[in-house]
Amino acid sequence: MKHIRRKLTFLEISRYIVLIPIIAFFLAPIFWIIVTPFSIRPSLAITLGKPTLSNFYRVFQNKIALLAFRNSLLISGGTVILVTVVALFSSYVLSRKKFKGRDLLLYVLILFSSVVTGVAAMVPLFMLNLKMGLIDSQLGVILTMSGGLLPTSIFILKDFIDSISITYEEAALVDGSTPLQVMFRIFLPLSSRGVIVIAMLTFVNSWSNFLIPFILLRSNTQYPISVAIYSFFTEVGVPDIGMISAYSLLYTLPVIIVYLIVEKKFGFSFYGGLKA
Amino acid sequence: MQNSVHLVGKKAGFFFLLPAIVLISVFLIFPAIWVLYIGMTNETLTGIHAANPEFVGLKNFLRIFNDKFFYNALRISLLFVFGSAIIGQAGLGMTLSLITYRKSAKFKSFVQSVAILAWIIPEVVVAYLWVAYLDKDFGTLNSLLNWLGFGKVNWFYDYPVLSIILFNTWRGTAFSMLLFSAALETIPPSYLEAADVMSTSTWRKFKDIILPNIKSYIFTDLILITLWTFNVFSPYLLTHGGPSFKTELLPIYIYRNAFRYFKIGYGSAISTVVLLINLALALIYLRLSRRSSK
Repeated sequence: MKHIRRKLTFLEISRYIVLIPIIAFFLAPIFWIIVTPFSIRPSLAITLGKPTLSNFYRVFQNKIALLAFRNSLLISGGTVILVTVVALFSSYVLSRKKFKGRDLLLYVLILFSSVVTGVAAMVPLFMLNLKMGLIDSQLGVILTMSGGLLPTSIFILKDFIDSISITYEEAALVDGSTPLQVMFRIFLPLSSRGVIVIAMLTFVNSWSNFLIPFILLRSNTQYPISVAIYSFFTEVGVPDIGMISAYSLLYTLPVIIVYLIVEKKFGFSFYGGLKA
Repeated sequence: MQNSVHLVGKKAGFFFLLPAIVLISVFLIFPAIWVLYIGMTNETLTGIHAANPEFVGLKNFLRIFNDKFFYNALRISLLFVFGSAIIGQAGLGMTLSLITYRKSAKFKSFVQSVAILAWIIPEVVVAYLWVAYLDKDFGTLNSLLNWLGFGKVNWFYDYPVLSIILFNTWRGTAFSMLLFSAALETIPPSYLEAADVMSTSTWRKFKDIILPNIKSYIFTDLILITLWTFNVFSPYLLTHGGPSFKTELLPIYIYRNAFRYFKIGYGSAISTVVLLINLALALIYLRLSRRSSK
């Protein structure tokens, strides 16, 4: 017994010897964003001093910063609504109807969604938007991002709907409810968890996306936060670290909040791997 | 009759599917096919070939094979995938999932949330974090090293590839960690309890019980993170591909050709190569996941 216990403590100690540097590796780069937004003399160094809110104050004074916040909300909001509604309708059919070619359709979807990344397809996506007159428009960004995010959302939602028994819908229909009543009173409440998950997933992805708006938008009045953040310079032309850090923190907060909600409601394992 | 107890009939079902099919066809499938054609033209964004691009056949594709910048980008992409995905993310993800395996839920969720935090922060913010972290004169890492008695290191200049590998390991470990943690949960607890009773060594437990049971998950993970890492653009925000093309990954090389030099045709040809590599990886992944679901 004694021998086993000694071995266990040795294992415990070596566990922490491995773990502590890894935790430090993950946390060390993050301190900067927690300290710098509140710093009087913000720089790339971590400087502690009397905390100030002046950097945030300057963010709220900046026209481009505020406009970009609105643009980000528009782009993400538009993408979330489009992806969620379109995914809900299509995954309902894909789950409930067994039609010819359904499996092939699903296979093509999963194949293209993993092959055609925004990075690999940036040139044709740019050309497509150019030919459609959607360059420098938020609609182009919304449609392009939706096309990329839809397949994953459809898969998640289809899996989710597969797990809801069809008997609820059938029973209500036999009882004489109209299809529309069944849709809104029975099906939607049952599938709301799945809908919330894909809505949040789409929000986080579209909110954080840099490349698509970076190549599709031209004027700084159209930029979302991810692109506009590169336009903050001081009078002498160097990046305005104070504003950038404060803005970064504000920009990150919604994502952290969504994460905390998902973690609390579903546990992160449900979310794991779903980041496209 | 069958359809009458269904919420949507055949016709309605088609209209339910239509918006998804249109959006995905236009913004996902069509670009992937169209890129093959653009890659066979000499289209540019400015100048004479912008208005009237000519069909040049396989000329762009043949040029790729003599392009030393392409080989440079391919080599750096391979190094980046090997270093940051296969060694970094999978290695660290495995380590973390083993450290938290059969531990309390509280401990597990603390360790996991640290890695998940790095994973969910928007990429632009992450880029600023790492620019500040690795800065030669003010960076946190050099301050820490200085405190430990080491000299200053000019990370982005002297170790550019290592810098973006460290960055992407930090960024993406969470996925492998979560996948491996889920895989470990599928091992029946009795296997390891039996080994505990026989006081089997930790290494033997890992080699003889854990590894064979999660092998298929490891393969799936390696394929997925290879595919994703190959398509990562964020190092551009750290180094812009420099110094002197030393961190120019294939996606950054595509960007440089198409949007800095406006060579749309040539950029499309390189895109096609990247898409084909993605296709190969995705087919392997689909085959693997099909086999395991059977």
